[in-house]
Amino acid sequence: MTVIDLMPYEDALTAYDPVMGLEVHVELGTATKMFCGCSTSLGAEPNSQVCPTCLGMPGSLPVVNATAVESAIKIGLALNCEIAEWCRFARKNYFYPDMPKNFQTSQYDEPIAYDGYLDVEVDGETFRVEIERAHMEEDTGKSTHVGGATGRIHGAVHSLLDYNRAGIPLIEIVTKPIVGAGERAPQVAKAYVAELRELIKALGVSEARMEMGQMRCDVNLSLRPHGQEKFGTRSETKNVNSLRSVERAARFEIQRHAAVLSSGGTVVQETRHFHEDDGSTTSGRIKEEAEDYRYFPEPDLVPVAPSREWVEELRAGLPELPRVRRMRLQADWGLSDHEMQSVLNAGAIDLIVATIDAGAPADQARKWWMGELARRANEDGTDIAALPITPAQVARVAALVSDGSLNDKLARQVIEGVLAGEGEPDEVVDKRGLKVVSDEGALGAAVDEAIAANAGIAEKVRSGKVAAAGALVGAVMKATRGQADAARVRELILERLGVQG
Amino acid sequence: MPGITREEVSHLARLSRLELQDEELDHFAEQLDVIIGAVARVGEIAADDIPPTSHPLPLTNVMRPDVVRPSLTPEQALSGAPAAEQQRFKVPQILGED
Repeated sequence: MTVIDLMPYEDALTAYDPVMGLEVHVELGTATKMFCGCSTSLGAEPNSQVCPTCLGMPGSLPVVNATAVESAIKIGLALNCEIAEWCRFARKNYFYPDMPKNFQTSQYDEPIAYDGYLDVEVDGETFRVEIERAHMEEDTGKSTHVGGATGRIHGAVHSLLDYNRAGIPLIEIVTKPIVGAGERAPQVAKAYVAELRELIKALGVSEARMEMGQMRCDVNLSLRPHGQEKFGTRSETKNVNSLRSVERAARFEIQRHAAVLSSGGTVVQETRHFHEDDGSTTSGRIKEEAEDYRYFPEPDLVPVAPSREWVEELRAGLPELPRVRRMRLQADWGLSDHEMQSVLNAGAIDLIVATIDAGAPADQARKWWMGELARRANEDGTDIAALPITPAQVARVAALVSDGSLNDKLARQVIEGVLAGEGEPDEVVDKRGLKVVSDEGALGAAVDEAIAANAGIAEKVRSGKVAAAGALVGAVMKATRGQADAARVRELILERLGVQG
Repeated sequence: MPGITREEVSHLARLSRLELQDEELDHFAEQLDVIIGAVARVGEIAADDIPPTSHPLPLTNVMRPDVVRPSLTPEQALSGAPAAEQQRFKVPQILGED
């Protein structure tokens, strides 16, 4: 493995201006494939969801999935795009066994949606990402490489193909070159993919789960010296499959390009592979010759010409879009821009909403997700939604706190137990013995002991220095290993010492 | 009429992963030239008022509802495969990254 030279990020940005282009593929959540009636359900036996059409058998004919077209139009509308009045599919010819037809049915110069934009928030400011196009195509089959190092194509003696995924509807969304983001380019990339994912989910056209490959991002990046109009040579980092990785990949490429350029070298136009483990990219296929896919109009599919009535009907039926929803929730929850931005950045909006739906008050739901759980996700380097705890479980913890069964300290331990797979919150409470000591007898005894052991302090309290009671509360909390309700302890102390709180 | 060159045939052969001998390059260049020449004659007749036609029928929006239909069984799907392993199509070593 060769060592890749990197320039410190700040230095790279001092010398160069980054330009990005993001291509996102979204697998639609339709029941069937794009051009045939095979099921798209996950986890099926290999090659059990294939038919003559998606296997590219001679004589088979594709027919377009109406729901997929509808989903494509919805995505286009939500991205403020124009919707084509008439467009065709095209064959993208290439030699690779992941498509049994030896071509991918896609769209070429006539995408169904074009010229839109998506506004994203970065550091409380709105950044507009222009959309070049969104077009319909199909996913490829899954290859397993046998004989080399585990799963790698290098050294493999042969490969095995499962075509269940071949033909699943994909929408590819391509941005125009993103300029002017400067040092925030990696954040803009992440915010864009995050906003797009929210949008796709809100439209109900896909679950857009990146960890499942339902949404994948290619990051194109180039640098140019400040003041130069012309774009530099770009690299294309393929299949970056988490929000965090999108940001890391952009950052890494900025540092790598800068090191190449500043040492007098030239950036090679190539695809690169992103490595989750260390956030680096390595060289893939060199694009020395312009790709030659010999696109031509697909003769087996007639043009798609969505009527304006249909388009307007879909536009009228669009759900509340994520940005609008966020503004509404922000007002409902009474958060500042900054607080709401933190919730968004943490990817916790839906989790908080679900926790509130499960019965928790808004402030409690936000407190647990944005405190303990966000910290934990950050430590583990995972998305917060991937933590092994559900909104219903968080709501239960909040309920236990509000009915006095737990205090915050104990609640944190319960959450820790749920995350460690020890079961539901109530089970963790039982197994770990985390109930607040509310047995008045036990508590009373602890209070009496504390008073006896701290006679001086008790005297101060008796003489009216109520603030001194804090030390006694502390002693009781220590004696009960934090499992007492501090407010109740204070009440008992003041009661016994005959003072009003 | 622009003729198709040996270089173009060689390029197409490479895209299709076909290994062609020198004499084959000449042979196919000649044949492809004839085909392209024949198609080009259509272009001579079609005036500017005739747009390029990709579909002979004036149809649009042929779509099907998103309803699952039976697939082949894996055995049927693999029955024509030259080689199979682990219920998957087995293909020779793939050269070059995807």
